[in-house]
Amino acid sequence: MTSTADRKGAPSYTSENYSSAKYKVVGTRPIRHDGLDKVTGRAKYGADVSMSGLLHGKLLRSPHAHAKILSIDTSEALKLEGVKAVVTSQDLPIVADQLIDLAEVMANPRVMAENILAGAKVLYKGHAIAAVAAMSPHVAEEAVGRIKVEYEVLPPLLDVREAMKDDAPLLHDGLTTRNTAERFGKGTDTGVKSNIASHIQFKRGDVEQGFKDAHVIVEREYNTKGVHQGYLEPQSSTVNWAPDGHITVWTSTQGHFGVRAQTAAVLAVPEHMVKVVPMEIGGGFGGKIPVYLDPVCALLSKKTGKPVKIVLTRKEVFEGTGPTSGTFMRVKFGADKNGLITAVELFLAYEAGAFPGSPVGAGANTSLAPYKIDNLLIDGYDVTVNKPKVQAYRAPGSPQAAFAVETALDVLADELGMDPMDLRLKNASKEGDRQPSGVPLPSVGCVEVEQAMKEHDHYKTPLKGPNRGRGVAMGYWGNGGMQSSATLTVNSNGTVAVVTGSVDIGGTRPAVAMQAAEVLGISAEDMRPSVGDTDSVGWTGVTGGSRTAFSTGIAAITAAEDIKDRMIARAALVWEVKPEDVSFRDGVFTNGKNSEERLTFKELAGKLMATGGPISASAASNPRQVGPGVCGNIVDVEVDPDTGKVTILRYTVVEDVGQAAHPSYVEGQMQGGAVQGIGWALNEEYFFTDDGAMQNSSFLDYRMPTSLDLPMIDTVLVEVPNPGHPFGLRGVGEVSIVPPMAAISNAISHALGVRVDRLPMSPGVILEAMEAGKGGK
Amino acid sequence: MKSIPDVNELTCSASKGLTLGAAVPCYRIYEDQSINKLYPGLVDSAWMIGGIQIQGRASVGGNLCNAAPSADTIPALIALEATCVIAGPKGRRTVAVEDFCTGPSANVLQDGELLVSMTFPPPTARSGAHYLRFIPRNEMDIAIAGVGASVVLDQSKTRIESARIALASVAPTPVVAKEAQDLLAGKEANEAAIEAAGEAAKAAAKPITDMRGTVKQRVHLVGVLTRRALRKAIERAKEA
Amino acid sequence: MVRKVHIHTNINDGDVEFLCEERQSLLEVLRDVVGLTGTKEGCNDGNCGACSVILDGRLVDSCLVLGVEAEGKEITTIEGIASVDGLHPIQQAFLEEAALQCGICTPGFIVAAKALLDREPEADEARIRHWLAGNLCRCTGYDKIIRAVMKAGETVQGGAR
Repeated sequence: MTSTADRKGAPSYTSENYSSAKYKVVGTRPIRHDGLDKVTGRAKYGADVSMSGLLHGKLLRSPHAHAKILSIDTSEALKLEGVKAVVTSQDLPIVADQLIDLAEVMANPRVMAENILAGAKVLYKGHAIAAVAAMSPHVAEEAVGRIKVEYEVLPPLLDVREAMKDDAPLLHDGLTTRNTAERFGKGTDTGVKSNIASHIQFKRGDVEQGFKDAHVIVEREYNTKGVHQGYLEPQSSTVNWAPDGHITVWTSTQGHFGVRAQTAAVLAVPEHMVKVVPMEIGGGFGGKIPVYLDPVCALLSKKTGKPVKIVLTRKEVFEGTGPTSGTFMRVKFGADKNGLITAVELFLAYEAGAFPGSPVGAGANTSLAPYKIDNLLIDGYDVTVNKPKVQAYRAPGSPQAAFAVETALDVLADELGMDPMDLRLKNASKEGDRQPSGVPLPSVGCVEVEQAMKEHDHYKTPLKGPNRGRGVAMGYWGNGGMQSSATLTVNSNGTVAVVTGSVDIGGTRPAVAMQAAEVLGISAEDMRPSVGDTDSVGWTGVTGGSRTAFSTGIAAITAAEDIKDRMIARAALVWEVKPEDVSFRDGVFTNGKNSEERLTFKELAGKLMATGGPISASAASNPRQVGPGVCGNIVDVEVDPDTGKVTILRYTVVEDVGQAAHPSYVEGQMQGGAVQGIGWALNEEYFFTDDGAMQNSSFLDYRMPTSLDLPMIDTVLVEVPNPGHPFGLRGVGEVSIVPPMAAISNAISHALGVRVDRLPMSPGVILEAMEAGKGGK
Repeated sequence: MKSIPDVNELTCSASKGLTLGAAVPCYRIYEDQSINKLYPGLVDSAWMIGGIQIQGRASVGGNLCNAAPSADTIPALIALEATCVIAGPKGRRTVAVEDFCTGPSANVLQDGELLVSMTFPPPTARSGAHYLRFIPRNEMDIAIAGVGASVVLDQSKTRIESARIALASVAPTPVVAKEAQDLLAGKEANEAAIEAAGEAAKAAAKPITDMRGTVKQRVHLVGVLTRRALRKAIERAKEA
Repeated sequence: MVRKVHIHTNINDGDVEFLCEERQSLLEVLRDVVGLTGTKEGCNDGNCGACSVILDGRLVDSCLVLGVEAEGKEITTIEGIASVDGLHPIQQAFLEEAALQCGICTPGFIVAAKALLDREPEADEARIRHWLAGNLCRCTGYDKIIRAVMKAGETVQGGAR
């Protein structure tokens, strides 16, 4: 067995040195403002909340994947000393269907309520049924064990193809299939009862003729398993429901305004009665957009008159919170002799889990977006099965479809005898080309990224040695815009406080503050960024959709421009000239009437109180020109032919980042996404028993990569500026998870001469593929 | 239990062998110079229990009493012919490690009994041992299969006098691959013998299919790992 | 009420006494009884390293140690890594190398890295990757963490501290 660490003397590749001369602050690498608290243990995360009178809650969860709840008896639990309250779905108000836009995902509070506390039926093992509040978590746990539930156990549906069959038993009696042609579209109701919640179709050109025109046709099927976001911090929430009806929530979330909307909707209270205080968040990747605990803690708090805190266990995180979809996919490519793609058919069946809402629509649109395709037919299906309800996971829906598309493209390149990068470049999308949805692409860096890959030392250096192979793959993600708010306040010493509504998961405090600093001509260190609660700052969408540095950045820039104008007016007052006579450059105000008279930003800040009082400015953003992200991977692997174990030898991530705000944290996003993808590719999976119980609900058996499983992850930042942002920023967070699975699959096939058509490509799967010897180089 | 002196004992010498208290944490084993020299096969297994954090706490004795079919140290103990020293209300008794486990999470300890230590005979001249396992990651994982092997070579160091092979994760308890052992006795220490022993060891494996691996994969891995373990054990015996 | 045990211990160079239930882990005691919430819970079963502390010079997962076992011991948590003179070189390197994103695993990594560099400041990339294999990070892909620990090792060896 070889491991990265065993290979003594292996070269350690370093990141390509990035330098941006365009800006003074944007593109530099200051120390993040919240860093000190995070390296000393002082930063307060959701589970660190404590307050007087705090009670602790625990949840009862279903042991069955599919069952009717006949009765719930909580009397024995309530008798236990130290137990203060028990709640079930009976305590939740009945709410109607409606859609809340959370960016990346839409939430329906009726469905959310059923997912938070099961009503008539449990739909997956781990589905919460009741909650207890007690003096300590241990007492609450003991009490949970005393709740008696009578079930009528039903057979579970665990396979997406089984669930799609016409005669499949139904999870939801009232669910009918909707036909839709847009990702979040409600579509037309077919009236047909089914586990298929929706069928999305994209159609263009003449597919039949396209395949007739093809010289080579490649048709393949792929399967992927459900995987979890795997954030290290389990969900938690602490809620106080005050006697006057005001509800305060302290939680770690990707979006506290979303938590406010969801909590208010599920509890049927007006939004202004809910205040959400965002704590530091220990990772989310999309999984901390929906609420699970906040309404439950609220109900327990209302019953007890005390604040109630629930912290999930790791097992509960796996069994009860959103993974992403397992899938069955079919892809058919046709290409002419020169490698020009003539037609594509794509069939995507995505598990939604227990309730509708898989990200199949995004998978349908994004996986073929990097290519200009005139004839295509894409069918995507959102299918309910007896597994936890899926939630967003980094570029939700795209990695699965890209695994199918990019692996099949590699087969196509092999069959054409074409370099895989040349095939991609030949068909690369450019600005104005239509995505599968029909929407034309804005400024996009497909060609630039592919060129950078082809010219990279990694790609040009021959790979030597037995059982080794190289693979490449591309990924596309549209990125999000959405609304953000920021408030800037000038302190008397010339530092500037920046309050935004965006929680900081991976360094967005500096990324946003640096953009305002650039406008104000001051340093990153002069900025004091923080995250405001829902009562302290304007509405802001989730930290998700790769939107924060981009959109919240625009809000901060706009507020900074306002600050600048007001400062100019003050300088004009000091110099007794008109504002238009004052110029501002590199942080210095100059009197146009007397260029001897100059004030630095800091000097002028000290004069604010004497010239009319403090200056602060708020701004909101709602950007329309969102810059999509493109990412490509080059990976070298070595496969142990005796055991099927794959070792990653070298890994290069090339991404169009528009303009890196803080390059270190941009690289971090690229490296982190790549490694999540490596885990998805090689070992991560939800392993279910036949009766629908997840067997590997721990970090021991749900195998996320450790430091010992990886080499350094090299990064290349390509910068095709986004015209929709003053400094050219694009979203950078999500697209990096899209290419790894296909890139690794392609590398493995080049190492072994065998194609692997499923995820994860774990050692056992690779051994089987080698034995079957199907496909070929 | 950790405050009982005997369970914390760690004495090792070429003449008297090794006494390993049941509560001695793994790090004390792999940081001990003489154990590294005399019982590298034991170090192989102690070094791979969990991560560094776990090795600061976990003991070989605990790994043994836990009696998990996948326990990494047990095949190494069997290959090294270790004996359990058990204390109870009726005094002390000894049991060979290979007879200690009776099923998954079950062992021979009676009510009131506790494992005090494991004793290892002094290493024979020209002997070598190795333990290795297969895991999908490189650390922090449970063995899909594991093999401990030891060999004693003859004076010329070309022929195997005797061998011991024990398997993990392929039966309800750790398994001694007796046929493979017998097959090696008296044979030239070459690839043909190693190959044959690997096949014989596969026959001794009676695994199940679960989330960590299938029957077929585990049997296959027993062959791969037996060959690799034997090669390393022979290499060590030649150097000894 | 469950009976509690009176424990005398030393945490971050200060004597500490606390009452704890026998079933409470050291992690729970540190966070909920002593109020040192810098030590994080990621899995509570010894598979993520977020709760790493140094116990009598040994790196352990505090979720796998009982609170009562702290009696008479010396414990170092993330709160005890920096001194009044400033940050430890590992903390400084984590900041400079951007070796954290969400930061929830950071205390565990820093404590684990300190336990390594205290005895092996010369540890190379392979050794660091092996030593830190018990600490999971989901954000960074480890690259910048490994670089930060290598950089801190150089600083420690250089006697800057």
